[in-house]
Amino acid sequence: MSDASPPALSIAGVSHAFGSVKALDDVSLDVAPGRFVALLGVNGAGKSTLFSLITRLYDNVSGRIEVSGHDVRRAAGPALAQMGVVFQSRSLDMNLTIRQNLRYHGALHGIGRREARGRGDAALERVNLLDRAEAKVATLSGGQVRRAEIARALLHEPKLLLLDEATVGLDVQSRRDVVSAVRSLATGQGVGVLWATHLFDEIEPEDAVVVLHKGRVLAKGAAADIAGGGRLSDAFVSLTGTSPVEEVA
Amino acid sequence: MSLDRLNWGGRLVCFGGIVWREALRFAKQRERFLAALVRPLVWLFIFAAGFRSVLGVSIVEPYETYVLYEVYVAPGLCAMIQLFNGMQSSLSMVYDRETGAMRTLLVSPYPRWFLLTSKLMAGVAVSIAQVYAFLLIAWFWEIQPPLLGYLAVLPALIVSGMMLGAMGLFLSSAIRQLENFAGVMNFVIFPMFFASSALYPLWRMEESSLLLYEICRLNPFTYSVELIRYALYLQVNWTALAVVVGVTILFLCAAIYAYDPSKGLIGRKGKR
Repeated sequence: MSDASPPALSIAGVSHAFGSVKALDDVSLDVAPGRFVALLGVNGAGKSTLFSLITRLYDNVSGRIEVSGHDVRRAAGPALAQMGVVFQSRSLDMNLTIRQNLRYHGALHGIGRREARGRGDAALERVNLLDRAEAKVATLSGGQVRRAEIARALLHEPKLLLLDEATVGLDVQSRRDVVSAVRSLATGQGVGVLWATHLFDEIEPEDAVVVLHKGRVLAKGAAADIAGGGRLSDAFVSLTGTSPVEEVA
Repeated sequence: MSLDRLNWGGRLVCFGGIVWREALRFAKQRERFLAALVRPLVWLFIFAAGFRSVLGVSIVEPYETYVLYEVYVAPGLCAMIQLFNGMQSSLSMVYDRETGAMRTLLVSPYPRWFLLTSKLMAGVAVSIAQVYAFLLIAWFWEIQPPLLGYLAVLPALIVSGMMLGAMGLFLSSAIRQLENFAGVMNFVIFPMFFASSALYPLWRMEESSLLLYEICRLNPFTYSVELIRYALYLQVNWTALAVVVGVTILFLCAAIYAYDPSKGLIGRKGKR
């Protein structure tokens, strides 16, 4: 990388197939540091497959994925060290407190107990959850769990934050809280964010958007440009030929 | 994150964290501890007491005299605790995978072999605590190996726990859903336990069925039991040690292979 600060995420020419079914076809996209990029697609578009490749749950056999300049295949450790992830399914230990979960996550990143506590509290403060730090995860609301997961993903100060449908199952207010927490992180902390979603109202006109459909990138650019003066949802329907309402339901 | 943490110091912190979480989970599941303890005690108090009168055990190594059936069966019950624990921790890995908690582990920047081995060792630590609790109660039931035997059995329990845990770990990578796991419990735990030297000495098996005897000899669990039995009486059964270490390496490598994204089975699980 010749640039002083490489993209938080750089994906170039990535394809992936499950048997004969092609889940991703020549996908390329970049997330600059401090940018909020929405990966927009209906269920089954290939968003989760892409996330699995970035996080090394699956191996990318074609193309290149780099996190902050580290190739995920050749330098998996440094790449994963720069990455914070909020998965689609909830992955906190329900029987432990938020603080215990954060401590465990810190340890998985080589951060000792005391330091993890300091960083964890700072991260919880950022998502307005510090007062619930000693609460068992099982007692939290859906939105609080999501925010706790975001705090966890930030604990090791990653350069890239990946969120896979992070607002699924949340009520309107909780969704708003989660989205605004993540946006302020991108701008305030300089973290690159890749936000996978199928919900148009989570996207602001100035956001960078990548439209993924049936494993292919159909459009890339500012949301306002893709919408072309109209509504983003209409532009999406004409690009993909699907009705998001049907698919979303 | 600072990349400096990717050294061995960081790994040590990571290992400590994995063991801590396993211990914490275990401490919170008192009924699991109780079940793990009650199971072998039921065998000892009821099954063994009943068999005592029907089954005389002649002098077999490493015992120097005739022993009561309870004494004979105790090491097998220690191994049984570890067998259940190994399978139970793999059950929890399948559960973790379904809930997404497994992903938390696998996105750690440390190598997968290290993470999986740490997880395995955390499970072994828990199983050893259970075995010692059982041995303590068994002592009052007149199962009293030499005091040093309690120390000598520790390394045996570590390798035996590693073997049974590695088998469970491999199974967890191959099993797609929790529902499939119940079948595996029936097809793995019970046959392994019964077709071994845990309940009867192998010479007795040989008398009744040569085929069964051969099956028992091929069963790695037999060697786990014998390793523990010998160690408790301050002896080393080298054949058992070699088999247990060999099988541990084999299954651990298979599990690491299965969890490797570039080669293993996890990637293929996306297939629908």
